[in-house]
Amino acid sequence: MAAVEKSAEAGVKAANAERQRAIGLLAKASRTELQSAFDALGDKPDVQPVRGPETGLVMVRGRIGGGGAPFNLGEATVSRASIRLDDGTVGHGQTLGTDGAKARLAAIFDALFQQPDRKTEVEMLLAAIAARVVAEDAAKTRQAAATRVDFFTMVRGED
Amino acid sequence: MYVAVKGGEAAIANAHRLLADRRRGDRSLPAIGIEQIVAQLGLAVDRVMAEASLYDRALAALAIRQARGDMIEAIFILRAYRTTLPRFGYSKPVDTAEMAIERRVSATYKDLPGGQLLGPTFDYTHRLLDPSLLTDADVDAPLEREESREPVMRVSDILAGEGLVEDDGSLPDGHVPGDITREPLEFPMARDLRLQALARGDEGFLLALGYSTQRGYARTHPFVGEVRIGEVEVEIDMPELGFAVSLGRIQITECQMIAQFKGSTKTPPQFTRGYGLVFGQSERKAMAMSLVDRALRADEFGEDIVAPAQDEEFVISHSDNVQATGFVEHLKLPHYVDFQAELALVRRMRREYEEKLAGNADDLAEAAE
Repeated sequence: MAAVEKSAEAGVKAANAERQRAIGLLAKASRTELQSAFDALGDKPDVQPVRGPETGLVMVRGRIGGGGAPFNLGEATVSRASIRLDDGTVGHGQTLGTDGAKARLAAIFDALFQQPDRKTEVEMLLAAIAARVVAEDAAKTRQAAATRVDFFTMVRGED
Repeated sequence: MYVAVKGGEAAIANAHRLLADRRRGDRSLPAIGIEQIVAQLGLAVDRVMAEASLYDRALAALAIRQARGDMIEAIFILRAYRTTLPRFGYSKPVDTAEMAIERRVSATYKDLPGGQLLGPTFDYTHRLLDPSLLTDADVDAPLEREESREPVMRVSDILAGEGLVEDDGSLPDGHVPGDITREPLEFPMARDLRLQALARGDEGFLLALGYSTQRGYARTHPFVGEVRIGEVEVEIDMPELGFAVSLGRIQITECQMIAQFKGSTKTPPQFTRGYGLVFGQSERKAMAMSLVDRALRADEFGEDIVAPAQDEEFVISHSDNVQATGFVEHLKLPHYVDFQAELALVRRMRREYEEKLAGNADDLAEAAE
């Protein structure tokens, strides 16, 4: 019995981790990426608004000294939306910035991601976003690496 | 009796129309776009975001355009805009150890894990005007090199291993981070509130105060342990989901300033620290902030408070340039009645003074006779 509960718990955890990854990638997508993926959907979902899209603020926190007690650094604009598909699946979208339409699209894909028969379509979008982000990050890292200082020692004097 | 004087509506409307004309300038030139400001005047945008205390590049660029490039006016506009938005919540603290690094330098260690990454810096330029920027000449793409895959450790974590530097900076258990946007300033304040105020403080003011500490007004003999610039993830707990989600990434600048401390009866000699964290790429501001943060900790270390940079109430009360400009600039608004009252007072005092002088002269004349 305990083992069953435990495996169910592990299943929820894994599902949450997957969804967390998906939502994180959708937040990093550009509106164009989300819009073209939505336009490309063969079977458009029936979407009802639950909340938003709305734009507000999140207070971004830092830590004293980098790892100490938290403090409030300053705010960032955030847009969010929640939607419901006709089968009742609720999706949440949130992203930095004031683009409510992007948050709504992200919410739609979050909802589709939870539907077993549509997950693959969303996975394709997620893979494309991830590939772009990874490529951009890698290029930036390589550009920073080119500015790394290589120290060398000048030997002076007789010995 | 109170007599209201009205007037000026037409003048104000016409003045604003004139402002719009001057802002647009020569119509034969193309108008500057928000995307251009974000892309090509990025550090101006970053300064406006930092001091408005609102991270949004597009809105900051719009504010700069609207303010004709007047930075404090732009900061004011963006600060005003933020008051129109609801607060959704607080993020989890950003993790600067996990930063996607664009620049990282240390003045204390030559060879440190991750290396010295100069990034896009003005350092080592000759500060000579560049005529090539007069034209739209092609710009070379940056060079790339394979990354070392070495973790870019925070210098404070390296030093901490030896126990010669103080910890990151803790506050008592259960301390809820204060928020100066929600509660009025009260002194003395905890370090978290001070850092929030400094993070939005005027760069010029903090720079001057930081400079003053170097020149001997609250001497701290600091080293830049590290400056790092890059992107960090902003995450927020989602109660409806039961886990935290990423909202995307923001660029920040972090400075770890390391200062001498000879120790006290309770603490052995060690290095102490000042901390700077600023939105965007704002190295000068992050460095100045860390110097001032350290100077403001004088009380903690039992140091004598002898200089302006150590005076918390003085520093924090005057660091906000929106407040400062509001109070200074209000002086140009009509004070006709106030001034009339003062004018009458000065006239009376002058009359009394002259009467007294005349009286004295009469007395002297009488005495002479």
